[in-house]
Amino acid sequence: MPEQTPSRTAAARKPFPFRLHLEPRLSEPPRWYPVVLSLGAIVVALIIGGIVIALVGGDPFQSYAHIAKASFGSIGVLSDTLVKSTPILLTCLACSIAFRMKLWNIGAEGQFIMGAFGASAVVLIPIFPEQTPGYIVIPVMMLAGMLGGALWGFVPGILKAKLNVNEIISSLMMNYIAISWMNYFIFAVWTEGGFQMSRMFPKNAWMPRLLDFADSLPFLRGLTTHAGLLIGIVAAVILWFVVFRSRWGYEIRLIGDNPQAARYTGINITRTTVLVMILSGALAGLGGMSEVAGVVHRLQTSPIAAGYGFTGIIVAWLSKLNPLVGIVVSILFGALLLAGREIQPSGIPKMIQGVILVCLIASDFLMRYSVRIERVGEEA
Amino acid sequence: MDVITILQAGVGTGTVLLFATLGEIFAERSGVMNLGVEGMMLLGAMSGYSVAIATGNPWLGVLVAMLTAGLLSLVHAFIAITLHADQVVSGLALTFLGIGLSLVLGEGLSKAGTVALLPSISVPVLTSIPILGRIFFTSQNILVYIGYLFIPLSWYFINKTRPGMHLRAVGEYPAAADALGINVFRMRYFYVFVGGMLAGLGGVTISLAIAPGWFSEMTTSGQGWIAVGLVIFAQWNPIRAAVGAYTFGALRRLILDIQGPTMILGMANPFYYNPYWGFFLQMLPYAFTIIVLVIGSRDAMRKRLGAPAALGTPYIRGERGR
Amino acid sequence: MNMTQTTDTSPLLVEMCKIVKRFPGLVANDHVDFDVRPGEIHALLGENGAGKSTLMNILAGLYRPESGTIKVNGNPVNFNSPRDAIRTGIGMVHQHFMLVPSQTVTENILLGLDKPRFLLNLREYDRTIAELSTRFGLYVDPRAKVWQLSVGEQQRIEILKMLYRGTNILIMDEPTAVLAPQEIEDLFKTLRTMVAEGKSIVFISHKLQEVMAIADRVTVLRKGKVTAAGLDAHQITRQDLAKLMVGRDVVFHVNKKPVEPGPIVLEVKDICAENDKGLKALNGLCMNVRAGEIVGLAGVAGNGQRELAQVITGLRKCGQGSVTLNGEPVSNQSAMFGIARGIAHVPEDRTHVGTAPNLSVTDNVIMKKYRSKPINQHGFLNMGVAEKFASRLKTEYDIIAPTIETPVRLLSGGNLQRVILAREISGHPSLLVAVQPTRGLDVGAIEGVHNLLLEQRANGAAILLISEELEELLSLSDRVFVIYEGRIMGELKIESGEPAPELIETIGQMMTGTPLEKVQTGKVLLHA
Repeated sequence: MPEQTPSRTAAARKPFPFRLHLEPRLSEPPRWYPVVLSLGAIVVALIIGGIVIALVGGDPFQSYAHIAKASFGSIGVLSDTLVKSTPILLTCLACSIAFRMKLWNIGAEGQFIMGAFGASAVVLIPIFPEQTPGYIVIPVMMLAGMLGGALWGFVPGILKAKLNVNEIISSLMMNYIAISWMNYFIFAVWTEGGFQMSRMFPKNAWMPRLLDFADSLPFLRGLTTHAGLLIGIVAAVILWFVVFRSRWGYEIRLIGDNPQAARYTGINITRTTVLVMILSGALAGLGGMSEVAGVVHRLQTSPIAAGYGFTGIIVAWLSKLNPLVGIVVSILFGALLLAGREIQPSGIPKMIQGVILVCLIASDFLMRYSVRIERVGEEA
Repeated sequence: MDVITILQAGVGTGTVLLFATLGEIFAERSGVMNLGVEGMMLLGAMSGYSVAIATGNPWLGVLVAMLTAGLLSLVHAFIAITLHADQVVSGLALTFLGIGLSLVLGEGLSKAGTVALLPSISVPVLTSIPILGRIFFTSQNILVYIGYLFIPLSWYFINKTRPGMHLRAVGEYPAAADALGINVFRMRYFYVFVGGMLAGLGGVTISLAIAPGWFSEMTTSGQGWIAVGLVIFAQWNPIRAAVGAYTFGALRRLILDIQGPTMILGMANPFYYNPYWGFFLQMLPYAFTIIVLVIGSRDAMRKRLGAPAALGTPYIRGERGR
Repeated sequence: MNMTQTTDTSPLLVEMCKIVKRFPGLVANDHVDFDVRPGEIHALLGENGAGKSTLMNILAGLYRPESGTIKVNGNPVNFNSPRDAIRTGIGMVHQHFMLVPSQTVTENILLGLDKPRFLLNLREYDRTIAELSTRFGLYVDPRAKVWQLSVGEQQRIEILKMLYRGTNILIMDEPTAVLAPQEIEDLFKTLRTMVAEGKSIVFISHKLQEVMAIADRVTVLRKGKVTAAGLDAHQITRQDLAKLMVGRDVVFHVNKKPVEPGPIVLEVKDICAENDKGLKALNGLCMNVRAGEIVGLAGVAGNGQRELAQVITGLRKCGQGSVTLNGEPVSNQSAMFGIARGIAHVPEDRTHVGTAPNLSVTDNVIMKKYRSKPINQHGFLNMGVAEKFASRLKTEYDIIAPTIETPVRLLSGGNLQRVILAREISGHPSLLVAVQPTRGLDVGAIEGVHNLLLEQRANGAAILLISEELEELLSLSDRVFVIYEGRIMGELKIESGEPAPELIETIGQMMTGTPLEKVQTGKVLLHA
């Protein structure tokens, strides 16, 4: 073998006076650090998003100002923001619990649709006579919605648990199947006079809204925030307790962090996988139910299959899979979606969501590593 | 309803999946799972289409499609390889990013008018082969023929060449490759980029050849995800990937065609008289993907072979086991 | 150090000067000097974690030092990658083999080379490699896939890989750890052949007797610093080396009080089981452990030890045979079943099996307790009780961690092992299965683990100790079983005190497949 010194290559390269030095963190960063980091990531994402908006000929400042004004500017729009946040919150919870176990359920969209379908079926079949009071119809719709979502979560769950089928792809495929399924019923079975939507639900199938109480409390007039938000917040609190304070939640966290250790501890991973996917699906299904019963009041494709399931993924990640943090982040994303409807080009909210997620994941790196800038050769 | 016509069109449709699946095979063989195929395909479809409109040159569109999708894949490469982030989440993010970018940049593109498409040709002698000639070599798009070439070339490259051997080593045991002076990071970046370019090629195959036009998210309609699923079915083997891709292509065609004629197999065609049954037909490719995954996973479990051993794990040199 | 430095003045092949390498939280090499002469075997001796592998990884181009210089043949070099090192004739055989399991022997050897240029043409290269392997007595089939080969054969591929690259200086990192005593003898023969051809070898080890047997010179590292450089191996005693390595006189035996063994706790009868690849790993294995005794299981890695531990603890199904704990069958039950009946398990892999790295100390110590009261109350965890329990263990077992909220990935190896031991022992198990409990720990931590095991023995627990460190097994165990290809080769009673050389030789023969009744003793094993 020829003997040559490879130092030539190093010498040829002109040394840059500084270099980044990365070290894995050996101690936990302070409590404020992850919060600041996430906020920083969002700011960077908004800047990148702004650049793209400017590139396609829009005005980023105007767009962002518009988002802020159109979502928090008055009680009325704040209420609209909360309406938008409700389905996001529930799909976020669905993703949080599954991701906590490193089960990549990205089928929340389909589970959401099936939840909407299940709840609508209760009304449109119809199961109850017309005069049945709402306090009977609504809970049954909730159950039916959760059942629909749970079924759609169960399929990828059981395939993953029993046959080790990649749940990412199977749950995503279930989304497409759900859309076709719902479309069939909208077009062929429950169509209202050939239109691509079902008939309007009777009032007993509507979620109570703030404006329902406007007779006694006039300032609530026109506010469309509905009971779904309350359901979402209660679900978030319960889920927090389940994850961090229950025996089952402990098992989920253990499996998520190290499945081998969980197996060694004697946890039945197969069963937990199926149950978590069912719960995840049920939560997303509940979101679909709350959307049809609280906002749309009929089964119709475009407002139901609007991508809430995908936004839930991002929100779950941004909230670090913590259900309580999820409440806050959902409201922020509700604002983004609400205002985004009026921004042109219409793809901007979706793009900004993508950019935010990318920046968040990249920023996670700084949670695990500390970066030092040091002078090259200071030790020599 | 003619079986040969369906198969012929199926080969064309399947070429989209073929490119995307081959690309993902290269990326995964190097140890990086890139779930962003759907996003990269869509970006490729969009950018290729818009360049073809702007310049009138479809080949320039193909080139740009491959480049933009390749560049997008580098975002994933950076996050997954350099920042050691979770590849699943990063791939998801890339999907969102790709779809979002395509929608923003492709605004108004659907009404942008006519575009020069890639030509379809027949191969003189091969056309006359009975049956196969009509399926594979008669008035197929030029990209379809390029797809034929890619299948054996990819297989040969991976299994019989030095860079292919290095690719396999990096995906199986990066530390071993690194110890012998193979630059794991550069290799992984490169093959993720290759994967992105092929996904972009798959995307532009839709928008400039097979189903020309820009229909925002419906342009790809989940084919990127089907490609990710096909990789598992194919067990990271280009030949099996081709079989899977063409089968899926034929299936898609069949679903479109079956709703056309009034008679099928001498009976009244139920899909013609009940057009809404088409919704159930639309479910089939996705249901089939799940079935194919089940088959692939069972195979892998039985033979105890499968994914490249280092798939999905970042390589960190000199990390001390603690 | 005023020790006998050799005064040989032949030119230095390699000269490493004032090498510094830091890892987060520790200085792995602190201004280390090291050199290699042509045609010698230079041993690099030190405990686990002393910085030996780090230093050699720097010489092999895998790590880059923060400061310091390296000269090869008098020319300063700056390695950016192992390829650079290999080009100057330096090659390393790592402790964990750097082989791609799905590729053939030839492919593995050709990896990373410039030739073949593009097409592989394996048949031609198979022949070249077969020739090379005959020349050095490193027999292996070039066309075999690596995963089909034994550990000894894989090591031969690693050496061939370096020889094929024309390596002049071969670094071997703990090459004997995976070998049986007889295989070690074969390896030493090959090494001597290579030295006779003019090559130099750096032999990394923490085993004194091996260093004494093979090395010409010895350099000792302790906690990242050189405590003795280039000593003449023929003029130094084992005791001196031990002192240099550990920094104090080493006690070669542990304080083991006699305990009268009780009734049989664990009874393993005719167990058969498969490994992860579906191959037979256990083949009619029988053994037992009594209360109040430590039973060692000796054997070369990969002979079924892991599978046995898994079958006993309910993590693996067995095809036939039975495992009983205090008379109750426990085989083919769930892991939970065994845990509930008092089986504790210190797994081989601390980070990947024994703990959940991102969960807190508290979450990790309640792993075996969260199902029962008082921590579990109607499906919910009483965190107050859990935290109190964790704090108690933290004090009792000297777990060094900032708080009980700290994720355990931030703990050192020794402290991680303490977390596991604390968790397993605190349940007062009737059977403790400890697999490689001291691997990778420093001497202080090892002593701590040994004392905890002996304490459990005194408390009447039955302990099955599975280890590849013969010395550890012989100093702790009351009885030793030797395993080979999933079968027990025999059972030996261990008296306390320094083990007789014949005993070690007997075990060595059993470890390579000779049943106890066929062992012929009397042959000297290592030429010390």
